[in-house]
Amino acid sequence: MAIGFEQALSVHAYALEVRSRRAEILAANLANADTPNYQARDIDFKATLAGLQGRSGTLKTTHPTHLQGGGDTPGELLYRMPDQMSIDGNTVEEEQEKSAFSDNALRYQASLQLLNNRVQGLLTAIRGE
Amino acid sequence: MSLFNVFDISGSALRAQAIRLNTTAGNMANIDSISSSTATTYRARQPVFAAQLDAAEGESGGVEVLGIVESQAPLRREYRPDHPLADSQGYVNLPNVNPVEEMANMISASRSYQSNVEVFNTSKQMLMRTLSLGE
Repeated sequence: MAIGFEQALSVHAYALEVRSRRAEILAANLANADTPNYQARDIDFKATLAGLQGRSGTLKTTHPTHLQGGGDTPGELLYRMPDQMSIDGNTVEEEQEKSAFSDNALRYQASLQLLNNRVQGLLTAIRGE
Repeated sequence: MSLFNVFDISGSALRAQAIRLNTTAGNMANIDSISSSTATTYRARQPVFAAQLDAAEGESGGVEVLGIVESQAPLRREYRPDHPLADSQGYVNLPNVNPVEEMANMISASRSYQSNVEVFNTSKQMLMRTLSLGE
């Protein structure tokens, strides 16, 4: 019986990747909370994760203007719709971004814990103790 | 690894907010800097923020300070004929610093600074836990 790392670590490795990307985007939103005309961005976690798992279907791009072979681009940056407009055109709502960031950080740690358990399981299997 | 970028992003925000706090401090400190001519009078200063665009990724990065602009609001003029800096008509020029605006700015900058520190710390914890994976 062969156990590949890909199967052993399952979805959690991908989830961590998407979570860390989302953390970066949310941090950029919070950093630009006072920048005039800045528009808050976010990604669709589910679509991005699905895109990452089916990686073979997407083309590797080395330039932002390169086109994908068809279908939606996984991990595409979307714009957040603000509940209230601000006078300087900034669409960052700090409370929303903060709660999204905390939520994202907790889920990251949850994925990390699950991944850690997988690694521990593999180690037990390797040692055979 | 995206999490390392968070340090750059939050770091740039901390720097920008610190500059904002500094200009506010400068404005408040100079609120009574009297001058005899309009050209040499202190004028309220404000930093201009802009989003850094990460050209290679097409994604947004942190925040940068494009420069510091001086307020073009009219200066305050007061009639103080016995003041040593009074002009020929007995007027002195006072800076166009609005203390209410400056205090609001200061609170906003300090809150933003705090939330970016929070982001920084949380990301650091996430990375530290990732580094100890499998131990």
